[in-house]
Amino acid sequence: MLSVEHLPVLIVVISLLSAFTIFIAGWLNKRFCWFISFATILVQLVMAVFILHHVLTVGTIHYWLGGWSPPWGIEYVVDALNAYVLVILLFLALICVTYSKRSIAHELPYKIVPFYTVYQLLVTGLCGVTVTGDIFNMYVFIEIFSLSAYALIASRGKIALKASFTYLVLGSIGACFFLLGIGFLYSVTGTLNMHDLSLLLPPLYGNKIVLTAFGFFTVGLSIKMALFPLHTWLPDAHSFAPSEISAMLSGIIIEVSTYAFIRVCFSVYTLNFIKLLPIFDILCWIAALGIIIGSVLAIAQYNLKRMLAYSSVSQMGYIMLAVGLSTSTHHALWGGLNPALMHILNHALMKGCLFLVAGAFIYKADLWNITDFTGLGRKMPYTCAAFVLAAISMIGVPPTVGFVSKLYIILASLEAGKFIFVAVMLLSSLLNLVYFWRVIEMLYMRREEGEEHSSSSKNEIPLSMLIPVLTLASLCIIVGVLWLTEIPIPILDQVNALFGLGRYATP
Amino acid sequence: MIEESIRPLLAILCPAIGSILIVLFRKRPNIRESWTMLAGIAQFLIIFSMVPLIIEGAIIKCTFFTAFPGVDFGFSVDAFGLIFAITSTFLWILVSSYSIGYMRSLKEHAQTRYYFCFAWAIFGAVGVALSGNLLTMFVFYEILTVSTYPLVAHDQTPEALFAGRKYLAYLLTAGVFFLAAVVFTYHFAGTTDFVTGGIPNLASEASRTALMALFALFLLGFMKAAWMPFHSWLPTAMVAPTPVSALLHAVAVVKAGVFGIVRVVCYIYGVDLMHELGLGLALACLATFTIIVANLFALAQDNLKRRLAYSTINQLSLIIFGVALLSPEGIEGAMMHIPFHGFMKITLFMCAGAIMVASGKKNISEMAGIGKKMPVTMITFSIGALGMCALPPTAGFVTHHLFVGGCEEAGGTMSFFPYILLIAAILDVMYFFPIIYTAFFEKSEGSSGSKSKIKEAPLFMLVPIAITATVSVIFFFYPDLFHISELVETAVSSLGGVHP
Repeated sequence: MLSVEHLPVLIVVISLLSAFTIFIAGWLNKRFCWFISFATILVQLVMAVFILHHVLTVGTIHYWLGGWSPPWGIEYVVDALNAYVLVILLFLALICVTYSKRSIAHELPYKIVPFYTVYQLLVTGLCGVTVTGDIFNMYVFIEIFSLSAYALIASRGKIALKASFTYLVLGSIGACFFLLGIGFLYSVTGTLNMHDLSLLLPPLYGNKIVLTAFGFFTVGLSIKMALFPLHTWLPDAHSFAPSEISAMLSGIIIEVSTYAFIRVCFSVYTLNFIKLLPIFDILCWIAALGIIIGSVLAIAQYNLKRMLAYSSVSQMGYIMLAVGLSTSTHHALWGGLNPALMHILNHALMKGCLFLVAGAFIYKADLWNITDFTGLGRKMPYTCAAFVLAAISMIGVPPTVGFVSKLYIILASLEAGKFIFVAVMLLSSLLNLVYFWRVIEMLYMRREEGEEHSSSSKNEIPLSMLIPVLTLASLCIIVGVLWLTEIPIPILDQVNALFGLGRYATP
Repeated sequence: MIEESIRPLLAILCPAIGSILIVLFRKRPNIRESWTMLAGIAQFLIIFSMVPLIIEGAIIKCTFFTAFPGVDFGFSVDAFGLIFAITSTFLWILVSSYSIGYMRSLKEHAQTRYYFCFAWAIFGAVGVALSGNLLTMFVFYEILTVSTYPLVAHDQTPEALFAGRKYLAYLLTAGVFFLAAVVFTYHFAGTTDFVTGGIPNLASEASRTALMALFALFLLGFMKAAWMPFHSWLPTAMVAPTPVSALLHAVAVVKAGVFGIVRVVCYIYGVDLMHELGLGLALACLATFTIIVANLFALAQDNLKRRLAYSTINQLSLIIFGVALLSPEGIEGAMMHIPFHGFMKITLFMCAGAIMVASGKKNISEMAGIGKKMPVTMITFSIGALGMCALPPTAGFVTHHLFVGGCEEAGGTMSFFPYILLIAAILDVMYFFPIIYTAFFEKSEGSSGSKSKIKEAPLFMLVPIAITATVSVIFFFYPDLFHISELVETAVSSLGGVHP
């Protein structure tokens, strides 16, 4: 009988082994690749659900690699926060891998084997970042997933190479900063274990080295999560990558970097450190700027995927605004990290769906520009319906996920007394309306010039692509209602309890 | 007395289920349309079955879950909500029948989308009517906005697309303000429930300025009520097919806005607090401004539907005016004018549509002599027009009587307002009577004597028109049809006191 305590390490190890298996099996027969990748991620997802259940019912899982006790060996720690992120991450990875079967065969027919190998490595890296309790180990996994992402973005060739190179340069700078931060902390404490660091650091909070290290962490991870104004790599990378990779990039990769930031802030440093500096206040303002500017830039785009990419910049602003407000809110529902974590899931659902739909348009008719979408509503009714659901969710029409996020963040800013952010959130939903409705109008309402009734026959994408798209779209509503009924709130509540945020804050 | 019942849920589910069936039977138009009719009838019966309990003073509650502490997501049916629900559902049945005639006569495209969105619009409107608190109301309010967009842009011509865009831009912006207002209300009072007489601790928790600002947010949020200067989406939206203009822009959508304002005045702020803040007079001034200016605009319109649109703007502000009086009779008039105006205005719109189907004419100047060829249509039109001008024997007279009574009851500055109402009524006469005159007494140019092929619209359209016109007259003699006046009295009596 396999005990749940072993699952965190298995999730990473299975994934890593599977990556090499895919490479070898791919030599024998290209068709094995997808099956192995799909099966692995499915197993990982099941494991992640078990882990989440165990964490919620029993408590935090500690796993010592090789049996070495923590300060010396590497420790994997899974609490409510990473169990939650892990489930989202693997769910989206599963959706994207399902979708990729036909679309990759269509787009990159000669690169199937390397694609799935690197994809599996990407998942490995993401899982690793999430489960680890050792900060250097986290850096290693960040590099693994980043390198895989560079390769996947470049897989289309041509202009994508430039996009990938930009990302590579900026991403490496980010990772470098993260490493420098680790080095600084190691030089003053002599440990790399997160829990150990959090015990050793408090007496040193005034120390310049510790402060500098925090600066490095913040800037490094801000590049990784494309926080305005460090987002410049994102639009190119997201629009030129294959669509399932765009969905992963926007839906989960930048969110995992956010997770890393939350970890560093609250598990390595602690709430007491954050309260010493006005860092979260500044973060709020930067995020608010990012929300508005990201949306404005999105309005200026004519390429659908680029538009979605800028929208991601704006949505990362939502998440970081919510993180920034987390220390000053104490309500049981919208206090602490609740709105931020909620939006991580919500954004994964919405943006994942939107990018997959964008991919469907490219798959079917090689359409990139919004102006070419006339009449698609009749040709691809289900795909377009999914787009509409996800888009109204981004706008924040109730009862979708976007609405709940918006509401929670607004309530949080009200409690923090920052009325300006209420205005920012409301303005942003109007800006979202402008750029998403333009697309919806093209899909459904704009008449094709010249041809009136010809070529209106249905031309849907294959079922293996349609099901993931529709799953995400319907989840946009279902999860929205679930959030409203507060059923999943206890998970987030445990995170707050862990870090002493929200209603667990000591005044 | 509070009753727990799932009847509100059943009522709301009718159009939802209906919409699914409509899509499933999209290949067979006759079955598709019968689902619309069936859903409408079932919904009306369910809504109507709640009347006896409500008149006894009960409140029917149906709570699904708690969204936030103090905010239950769910329905709470009271007399006022029921009035709006009865009006929209009953008229949905009639308009469905009318739609069948209209859409088929004009061989419109995308009929399945049309009926589907129509059902969801009713879903939204009835949801707004039955909501028990602001958050629930907001959810349905937004559903109503989004679901009516495809109806407004139905023609898909550049003009219709522009109208659709303008419609959404106005109404979703309004939604944003509404959301802000809901959140601030919750922030101040810790609840968003509709309480007869107002939320008790709202006044103590928020400063005077904050309450005034919050009320401004609410007003901006209810841009659906088309008060000036935020009205211009409504005339533009008249490019929609006529049944859409009829039901949505005379009843469901715009009335949802007015309904919201009445809700906020009477059930969030409460008459006392409104009085204390002096907001009643401000609101009355805003409303009278709209009434007069909208009538002046209406005079200049030649397109019949646009003229009716401005008349709608005028009548909606009349309802706002009624509630702004903050006196029982004024509020009574406002509540009663929601169904009354609904029936009368829908008659007018349906007549406009019938003329368009039968003769293809949209402009008043082209309608010379049409009364002789389409006597039924034009007689019913005249009844509706009389109602708009507040002349007996129509429902409009009853409510105007109440408004004037309300002004006197309120006293003070308010006693000056009946004169403005009088000017408004004269303006009404000035733009409605010429239409009647043109239709009946002017000779059509050129083709006089020649055999023009204009004849009455199909029966599917005529019958609903006749019914609504008859009901508009019956309301004059017997305002208690559909228990409207009893419901209004129940609603007003629980609001309490006369204010000097």
